Parts: sequence; structure tokens; C-alpha cells
Amino acid sequence: MTAFKNKRTPFSLKKQPGFGFIAILCFVMLYAPIITLIVFSFNAGKQISLWEGFSLQWYVSAWHNQAVQDAALRSLVLAVQASIYSTILATMAALGTTRTRPFPGLTTIYMMINQPLMVPEIVTAVALLSLFAMIKMATGYQGLIYLILAHTAFCIPFAYLPIRARLEGVDLMLETAAADLYAPPWKAFCRVTLPLLWPGIIAGAMLAFVISLDDVVITEFIKSSGQETLPTYMLGQLRRVISPEINAISSVLVSLSILVVSLFFFIDKKFGK
Amino acid sequence: MLVLAFAASGPLLIVLAYSFLRAGEYGGVVWTFSTDAWFNVVFHRDIFDETVTLAGAHMIILWRSVKLSFFTMLTTLVIGFPTAYFISTRPRKTRSLWLFLMTVPFWTNLLIRTFAILEVIRNEGLINTALLLFGIINEPIQMLYTDFAIMVGMTYVFLPLMVLPLYASMERLDFNLVEAAYDLYATRYQVLRRVIIPMAKPGIIAGSILVFIPSLGAFVTPRVLGGGKKMMLGNLIELQFGAGRNWPLGAALSITLLALVMIALLIYVRTTQHHSENSR
Repeated sequence: MTAFKNKRTPFSLKKQPGFGFIAILCFVMLYAPIITLIVFSFNAGKQISLWEGFSLQWYVSAWHNQAVQDAALRSLVLAVQASIYSTILATMAALGTTRTRPFPGLTTIYMMINQPLMVPEIVTAVALLSLFAMIKMATGYQGLIYLILAHTAFCIPFAYLPIRARLEGVDLMLETAAADLYAPPWKAFCRVTLPLLWPGIIAGAMLAFVISLDDVVITEFIKSSGQETLPTYMLGQLRRVISPEINAISSVLVSLSILVVSLFFFIDKKFGK
Repeated sequence: MLVLAFAASGPLLIVLAYSFLRAGEYGGVVWTFSTDAWFNVVFHRDIFDETVTLAGAHMIILWRSVKLSFFTMLTTLVIGFPTAYFISTRPRKTRSLWLFLMTVPFWTNLLIRTFAILEVIRNEGLINTALLLFGIINEPIQMLYTDFAIMVGMTYVFLPLMVLPLYASMERLDFNLVEAAYDLYATRYQVLRRVIIPMAKPGIIAGSILVFIPSLGAFVTPRVLGGGKKMMLGNLIELQFGAGRNWPLGAALSITLLALVMIALLIYVRTTQHHSENSR
């Protein structure tokens, strides 16, 4: 009897049969396609699934592709602007919703800020398209401003959440103390609240940047002709014979996203607690 | 604040208005009231003899959207539940690493992830090449441009949206209750069914909603993996605003999609309220 008992591993409360296996399988499944994609971006041959040796030629040819260059530059300009504007707006919104006494309509405002998270992206895209079509018709202006506005709009909730989380962690006493020491409100804000808020603001801006850089649907709808961003360019290319150039571009974008998200986690870990 | 309010709801109101207008000849709208668009969502008027039939194509697409979203939800739940449980039972130190591994794909480009799946399942892709190599099949299996492909893609893309809320609810799981169940001679399956699942229920519901809503409005995944043939609601809307040049119909379809989402949200709110009342 005792011998039988000793053979068994100690009874684990948390174990469920097969769960660990499925979980590991799930992680493998999650990463295998992305890793395949990156591996084959270094393939020498034109075949996507036949390995013919290591080469960087697709990176080189993507780099020299004028359309890719334009799209990449446009994506960057758009993402930088959208993340700056949306972070400013999100900071103001976060201050407005947490630093005031609860007022009627606060729930409505929460809902409005988070609306892009609830409404399907395609509906937002259609809505913005309709609005911008009217403005375009009235003014005849066809610039990048529409894309910047749209990207700013849907980046706000992503920037808002980390900022608000940070703001709720900041001790209100510090601001009160500053006010007690006769600091005018704007000075208390600049010298006390803002420095404390920085990690949240940086984190929010980074998330907004990634979100803007990745967006396909909304951009695809409201871009005027010739305003391809990197993702919409890729979407267009996927309809044709797929060149391994796409793998190369994807690998670069994936690395960029992973880098930014890792940084985000680092900041969150360092200042979050 | 007023600006925010307008920015949020204004465009949606325009869409609602558009759905009651007549289509312009070269896109855009003509400002006359009409319910034609709504009529066209459900019915199809023959151009020649004006007979009215049910718009079969729209119904098929609508049904496919709901069906695929539902199955995507189920698959992500079946895969995501053990995964979330696995993460939440790791030691505290490694837990954040697992969580990080789950979040990274979520922040990488949706299009790229869909493209990665395309590479794996297409005829010359990884799976077919491997199966051919080992002689299991003689001809590549056509997986791309089928409903199955869309479902696989959506499952892959939306999986983190299921795992994260599940994890959030399992993290707080009280293992004293699990221990009590084992002390009362419950089997592992009974513990899972009677203790763990009921406690993780808010997470299950939240995750299901978070997967179902974007699946319903999915646009990129069905476009890339379904080709032009297997459309979902999102693609139909795009078609009306793009090549179809029927903006009112597109607007009406968008409102339909929004209504479906609202219904799903309403069910969510109802069930969570019900749940919290029960647990009191």
C-alpha cells in the first residue's frame, strides 16, 4: 500500500489532465506561423515554402522598392502624429474623468471614449468614410489630414487606459500638498502631476503608435488614392502572386511591434507598482 | 467634451441617415428619402420583371458570418480555457512571462498574422508540403478559400482576446475550494465542471463576447483567407462602398451589423447581471 503511494507523484491540486499539453500546443500554434514567416523571409529562392539557402536579397529588394519606401514613410508619419495627438487628448480625458468629482454623464463619457473598442472596426470605418466624403465634397481638400484625424480617434482609448491606470495610482495627497504650499494649479500640474504621470503617458503613446501602425481596415476605407500605408500596400499585394518581399516587410514590422510592446511591459513593470 | 461626443456619435448618425437615402450613380448618395436600401438588405428585385425574392446571397453571407463567429468563439474557448488555466497555475515568477508571450501576438499586425496563416495552409504551404513529403496525401488539400480557412484564421487571430479575460478571472481562483472538493472525494473532472468552470464563468462570458464581436465584423481575415468567394458581412459592406457603389445599402448593412453586436452586448450585460445576482 505504501509502496503504491510512494510511486505516485505528490497529489497536485491544480493539475487537470491534458491542460498543460493543450496550453503548450496553443503557444506553439501561436508562434509557429510567425516564426515560419520570419524564417522564410531569409530564403534565397522565390518559393515561399521551399528552403534554398540563406540570403538577405528580399530585404534589399524591399528596401529599394519605391512603393514600399513611400508607404513605410507615410505609415511612420501617420503613426507618430496620431500617437502624439491621441495621447494629448487621452491625457486630458483621463484628467477630466478622474480628477473631478463624479458628475452625471460620466458613464456616457466612458462609453464614448471606449466606443472604438466596442463598435466593429468596419462600422467605424464606414462612418468615418461617410463623414469625410461630405467634407471632401464641400472643401475639395484631399490631404493626409483625414487619415491623421481617423487614426487619432481610434488610438484614444488605447492611450487612455494606461494613462488612467497610472493616474489612479498617483496619490492625490501630493497634489493637495503642492496646493497647500501655494503652488498655482498649473504649476502643481507641471511640477507634480505630470512627472508622476510620465510612465503612463509614454506607455499610452507607445500603444497608440503600435495600433496606428497596424491598422488596415479604417485606413483602407478612408485613404484617398495614392495614400497607401504599409499595411494597405501589403493587403493589395496579397491579391497578386505573393513575393517574399512581403515576408521581409512583415518580419520588420513584427520585430518593431515586439520591440515596442516589450518596452511597454518594461516601463509598466518598473513604474507600475 | 461636446467635441468628443460629436466625434463619437456623429459619424454613426450619418451612416444611419445614409441608409435611408438613394444611391448616387457614381457612388455617394442622393438626398431623397427612401427605404430601398433596407428593402435590398433582405429582398432582391429582379431587374427585368420586377419580381421580388429573398436576397439569397445576403442571407448566406449573414448566416456565414454568424455561424463562423460562433464556431470561432467555441474553438477559442476550447483551446483558450486550458491555456488560461495553465498560465494561472504557473508559479508567480514565470506567470508574467507566459502572459507576455500571449500578449505579443495580440499587438503584432493583424494582417501579418493572417498572412502567416495563409503561408501555413495554402496549397504549397507548410501543412500540405509536409503531408506530401511524408506520403500521407497525394494531392494538396484545398484549405485556402474555404469557410474552414476563415475560421482557422479568426481563431488564430482572436485567441488572445479569449485567453486574457479568462486568465483575469482564473487568477483570483480560490484553490481552497478546489481542495475542499477533493477532500469530498470529487474526481478531477467533477472539480473542473462543478468548481473551476463556475468560478471562471465571468471570464468565459467576457472572452466569448470579445471574440464574437470582432469576428462578426471581421474584414481582413475573410478577405485574405476566403478570397473573393467566401465573403463575410464586413466584406459585403466594403463591396457596397467600393465597387458596388451602393452606399445606402452598405450603410444599411453596417447598421445591421451594429444591431447584431448590440444584441450580443445586451446578452452579455444580462448574463453578467444574472450571474452577480446568483452569486450573492
